[in-house]
Amino acid sequence: MNEILNFLLCGVGGQGTILASDVLVNVGLAAGYHAKQAEVHGMSQRGGSVTSHVRWGKTIHSPLIGAGEVDVLLAFEKLEALRNIHSMRPEGLALINDHTILPLTVISGDGIYPSDEILRDAFSRVSSHVEFIGGEEIAGSLGNLRVANVVLLGALSSLLERSSLSSSKCTPETWLKVIAERVPSKLIDLNRSAFQAGRDAVGK
Amino acid sequence: MIKLLSGNEAVARGMWEAGVSVASAYPGTPSTEILENYAHYPNVYAEWAPNEKVAVDVAVGAAYAGRRGMAVMKHVGLNVAADSFMYSSMTGMEAGLVIVTADDPAMHSSQNEQDNRTFAKFGRVPCLEPSDSQEAKDMVRTAFELSEQFDTPVLLRLTTRICHSASPVELGEQYTHTSDPKPFPRNPAKYVMVPGNAVKRHPVIEQRMRDIAAFAESFPYNRIESGDHSLGIITCGIAYQYAREVIPEASILRLGLTWPLPVKMISAFAHSVERVIVIEELDGFIEEAVRLIGIKVEGKSIFPITGEFDPRVVRESAVQAGLLPAAASVTLPEVELGKLPGRPPVLCPGCPHRPTFYILNKLKVPVNGDIGCYTLGFIPPLKAIQSCGCMGAGIGVAHGAAKAGSPEHHVAVIGDSTFFHSGIPALINVVYNHSPVTTVILDNRTTGMTGHQENPGTGFTLLRQEAVRIALQPLVTALGVRHVQTVPGHDVAAIEKVLKKYIKLEEPTVLIVEDPCALLPEARRRWIPLEVLADKCNGCTLCFRIGCPAILKSEEMDVKSQRPKALISTDQCTGCELCAQVCPREAITFRQDERAGELA
Repeated sequence: MNEILNFLLCGVGGQGTILASDVLVNVGLAAGYHAKQAEVHGMSQRGGSVTSHVRWGKTIHSPLIGAGEVDVLLAFEKLEALRNIHSMRPEGLALINDHTILPLTVISGDGIYPSDEILRDAFSRVSSHVEFIGGEEIAGSLGNLRVANVVLLGALSSLLERSSLSSSKCTPETWLKVIAERVPSKLIDLNRSAFQAGRDAVGK
Repeated sequence: MIKLLSGNEAVARGMWEAGVSVASAYPGTPSTEILENYAHYPNVYAEWAPNEKVAVDVAVGAAYAGRRGMAVMKHVGLNVAADSFMYSSMTGMEAGLVIVTADDPAMHSSQNEQDNRTFAKFGRVPCLEPSDSQEAKDMVRTAFELSEQFDTPVLLRLTTRICHSASPVELGEQYTHTSDPKPFPRNPAKYVMVPGNAVKRHPVIEQRMRDIAAFAESFPYNRIESGDHSLGIITCGIAYQYAREVIPEASILRLGLTWPLPVKMISAFAHSVERVIVIEELDGFIEEAVRLIGIKVEGKSIFPITGEFDPRVVRESAVQAGLLPAAASVTLPEVELGKLPGRPPVLCPGCPHRPTFYILNKLKVPVNGDIGCYTLGFIPPLKAIQSCGCMGAGIGVAHGAAKAGSPEHHVAVIGDSTFFHSGIPALINVVYNHSPVTTVILDNRTTGMTGHQENPGTGFTLLRQEAVRIALQPLVTALGVRHVQTVPGHDVAAIEKVLKKYIKLEEPTVLIVEDPCALLPEARRRWIPLEVLADKCNGCTLCFRIGCPAILKSEEMDVKSQRPKALISTDQCTGCELCAQVCPREAITFRQDERAGELA
């Protein structure tokens, strides 16, 4: 177990990255770590790129992670994954949602959305721990696209356990308790299913 | 009890614990959530003021009346409130007065990155700077105690990273502050700042600052953390966290009170170490003061004066300056990606501002913009705004350009909340000094950019009490504008017709464009996605020019033009019908049922 675990969440405004990072930092606290979280507000909420930093450890000073020191990249969108690739530590873990949101610059013809080959090739140069997951696809099969973020958290929880990155106190129950505290009560079962589906999707 | 709180939530908690009686603010990133959170505590009074100057006057009034008053704003809000900030320093008050400034290094959501510690020095006001959420909470109470002990306003300076970072906080009890209101003081020598009285007050506040400087020598938030004596770091605020993380061996002098400075403490610290550096974001504020003491110090020659710090910025700067060995440098993954397409913020799908900018772009007139979501009207493909400086500036700039003989008709665009904030005096000027400026007030029934705060036009207060809804058209008419019309925001033809008429008139004109923000619950209930009829679409690209993120390029090409047909993203489209209105071939369906979205 590392002394400090650095998570970078990235995506597009409106994808639920803020709820996900709120869950992540509170799971860290529930598991006995000191934890801090930092997010970007403001203009970026209007469909722009968003990032959120979460850190778990014995003592955390900075709420921000310096580039090159991210242990776990949780990307909600593929272009945003690439945009943040330089934040990663070599051989860090990347969990990438296989989902495309075209930016206006691409729709208007001023830019080209990078292909999956470029994405996979780039990440293979940084780490051999790169996982893709169809968050929207799984959430859609559960009947609500908005739980894609919890699908990703489920997958992340499983990967952390498997790679022994997190403490043994980070059980699925810990995660589910934190999630349940943050979603409307009528949606708890749906979120529970989404979390489990995420775990199953990366379970080999 | 320990709870994870953002800096803003922590300040709100601190306000409740400190027994703030009256809190007033104007929303502004990164400070907005402070009052939003505070308003949820039991039995508190908090309000959105129309602007920051009013907010400070309101807090001053409470403090004159013997109750704790607080005003909250983003850094540029203090520019608006500067006049009130300065007189409050001159008078002092009967109970505590704290003003929160939330500075925005890196300009995440601002037009500049001014360092408001300079205001503290300028105004003869002490400045407190927390380094995490715990201190953000605790320092609110400390600020009130300091304010009452020294009869001074206190500036509590936060930065975006403090406001929007969450860290664990040990919660305290509510501090029962004497809450009986006192009769308003009859003390003109102190509270009536005519020259004869002000002349006598100035030496008083100069002495006050000398007293606080002496107090600062033993102020617990100024502390030395002894380490290796080869390097001594003076730091404050969030920069303290980066210093601790990146150079943990060094000796540190952490300043919680960054104005006035503890000169003896700094001198003693400097003499105990071999090399003194200051790590502070933005200006070399502490560095300059330390140099004036006569101490050899480095700061801005090593660390940037622009932007926000993070561990990487501090580490790489320190390596460059030889404070850390070259091996401490962190190399980044070597992946060549070329230029990735940007993802700038955009007007949301269904935004009621979009039709106005579509027409303004078509009319090719110079548009002087303002601060709010609608500033995004400058982004391609709408490209409809040519200037934007600060809240309330657009109307005055348009008037000035018109008076200077600018050959085109000027249009000023301003939001509803911004019009109440500082647009009204500028419009009065257009009427009084008469210029043919067309002012467009984009009334989306909320304060949009900062996340839907109430304002004088919404009919509700921050505490969710019903309020008089100040109507714009009668207000504009009362200011003496003879040509004023209100049209619905989604009605492209009506907006075009009125604007075409107004830009030919040699008189002040005002167009009010009214429709609720598409993200408001009442608007969300009406969302229903539209559809492109692929057999009718010929790929003319007109609908791409409205800059709606919900309109995509289909993979299907029009056979004749060999251009992609349009495709509407059903999970983004709200059914605002702007695209349907601009489509010349009726290839986009209008809403079938006005209520369809509500039924869903």
